[in-house]
Amino acid sequence: MSSSIESLVNREYQYGFVTDIDADTLPPGLSEDVIRLISSKKDEPEWLLDWRLKAYRRWLTMTEPHWANVKYEPIDYQAARYYSAPKGVKPLQSLDEVDPEILRTYQKLGISLTEQKMLAGVAVDAIFDSVSVGTTMKEELAKHGVIFCSFTEAVHNHPELVQKYLGSVVPYSDNFFAALNSAVFSDGSFCYVPKGVRCPIELSTYFRINAADTGQFERTLIVADEGAYVSYLEGCTAPKRSSNQLHAAVVELVALDNAQIKYSTVQNWYAGDKEGRGGIYNFVTKRGKAYTNAKISWTQVETGSAITWKYPSVILQGDNSTGEFYSVAVVNNRQQADTGTKMIHIGKNTKSTIISKGISAGEGQNSYRGRVHVLPRAEGARNYTQCDSMLIGNRCGAHTFPYIEVANSSSITEHEASTSKIGEDQIFYCKARGLNAEHAISLIVSGFCKEVFKELPMEFALEAQQLLGITLEGSVG
Amino acid sequence: MDRGVTRTGYERKMLKIDNLHANAGEKEILKGVSLAVNAGEVHAIMGPNGSGKSTLAQVIAGHPGFEVTQGTITYGDRNLLDMEPEERAQQGVFLAFQYPVEIPGVTNAYFLRSAYNEIRKARGEDELDPMEFLDLMEQKLKLVDMDPAMLHRSVNAGFSGGEKKRNEILQMAVLEPKLAILDETDSGLDIDALRVVAEGVNALKRPDNATIVVTHYQRLLNYIVPDRVHVLAGGKIVKSGGKELALELEARGYDWLMEAAA
Repeated sequence: MSSSIESLVNREYQYGFVTDIDADTLPPGLSEDVIRLISSKKDEPEWLLDWRLKAYRRWLTMTEPHWANVKYEPIDYQAARYYSAPKGVKPLQSLDEVDPEILRTYQKLGISLTEQKMLAGVAVDAIFDSVSVGTTMKEELAKHGVIFCSFTEAVHNHPELVQKYLGSVVPYSDNFFAALNSAVFSDGSFCYVPKGVRCPIELSTYFRINAADTGQFERTLIVADEGAYVSYLEGCTAPKRSSNQLHAAVVELVALDNAQIKYSTVQNWYAGDKEGRGGIYNFVTKRGKAYTNAKISWTQVETGSAITWKYPSVILQGDNSTGEFYSVAVVNNRQQADTGTKMIHIGKNTKSTIISKGISAGEGQNSYRGRVHVLPRAEGARNYTQCDSMLIGNRCGAHTFPYIEVANSSSITEHEASTSKIGEDQIFYCKARGLNAEHAISLIVSGFCKEVFKELPMEFALEAQQLLGITLEGSVG
Repeated sequence: MDRGVTRTGYERKMLKIDNLHANAGEKEILKGVSLAVNAGEVHAIMGPNGSGKSTLAQVIAGHPGFEVTQGTITYGDRNLLDMEPEERAQQGVFLAFQYPVEIPGVTNAYFLRSAYNEIRKARGEDELDPMEFLDLMEQKLKLVDMDPAMLHRSVNAGFSGGEKKRNEILQMAVLEPKLAILDETDSGLDIDALRVVAEGVNALKRPDNATIVVTHYQRLLNYIVPDRVHVLAGGKIVKSGGKELALELEARGYDWLMEAAA
């Protein structure tokens, strides 16, 4: 019984174009020489090169983990290129001298580095392949003492901050992909908010992977000093490519006493074609450490990538610290996701909230993997976890792997889970009330994701809704 | 049957079904149904189980599970079979489902407002914002004797059978269709619920709309009095008459008609 919904036009991935630009790219392969080259191109200090090499040597001793509920072709780490910078850009240049072709690319992607973003009150640190293109609103932020720049700039202008916090939340030995990232990371964002400062604007970064076979190894470090507040948005797209591309980023958040960091992501990497060919591998390590009375919130809407493998986590180090994880993960066609969070309760009276909404459609496979760990001295720890799955159609799957380890008897952990299905019946019911299939799915899915969407900054919430609609077109039938 | 109101020919003929044949998969269910409904009329479709009553209702609404193999359905001056289900709804066709489906996470208020605004859009009118819509809802809720609190519950989620049916009539009250088809709305209802539903339907009757009531039992027709009664058996209408026909069926059952039709 096939339905009229099957014949809905599948919208072509609208960001599937390539910028024809002269890139300064290293030949494929990974070795100590490649790492030295990357470090010298970025004019890095000795201590950082040293750190990279330690990470690389450690990586060589590690084996790639395969415990996740995802299948993929083996990655040939020697076949990828580890550095590609558009020739028109040298680090730390002003916007005027940036290659206009690059700026045009951003405009096509709906990102304008100039007036529009400034008027909207969002500072944009745009990343093109491996080098930051420009940073707006640096002066505005500087007035409040907020540092928001590319990672490369931070290494040069604020080395003491970088050296202090780099690897403090995700050490290079943490896992296989973090070690690789620590060895070859090219750039990313750095943010430091001084004591007691509430960052006046929402910070944003935009990613793109362009040159073929260039993995993206972004490194982001955000530090909110005592009593500070910052909200950070991360949104990504990528062009169509036929070979899989590895995106192994590392994000570290440090919220010192009484500080708060809000990190929101809307992810729309190329997911592969309907047969599951091509598409990004999004193997990311994201973690935050919250000190006394501090709070870290992760909000993510993941609709893209061929494979999503990430667990934005919070180490609740300090007493009364809070960690939050709000997630909507969508898999359609042949996408796979193994995602969730880890909340590690160490201090006293710590609190964590996990709301995970998984949507599976087509032949997508969605796994929630969560870990709530209450250590022995974590008196009065509280966790609430709600893990909901929605299945669209008959060929997809939803899986749940919750790990709850409690070593302190004064703690309370709660876990709720539900599974529901959108079927032809619901779609027809909506149609019989005047709503077309697209509207119907969007309605049903929005209702499902409401709790997560309301945590997103307004402009992202709208983009997220649209993204969901596009991702799920033609999914019922 | 004239209602004493002057109309042009096209407006009066609300629905015209001609020799309709429809399949569910390989099996033919409707084997040549013909029916004409005018504005201002109430038609009852009765018949034994398996006769195709619900199929007829669903085919008019455009359910994708059935394939029309022959025949036509004209709605006003349009070919209904050429219209997508959502377009039929936007043009005033309303099916009160026999088994209303649940939509968790979507409140009744939000669902109804979305549907209502689609219909307003189709009519070239402005959409209503949530506040304006809630004002509208207040009056409609009274019509079906429903608690305003249900507006904030998810569509049909956790509703009893009776509540689901009343919710269908509430939707009908809000969407104000031109052609309403009630598919066994009385099934599973006790006498009081039946009365509430019937009163709701009656209150919505106007000279420019029409209602088709699909029912197995005569009971509902005591409250929603039909102008015409048709008996569907073996995929065809085997007899039509006035409201007395319903009473005759109540007394004699369906067998006598089946024998005559065979």
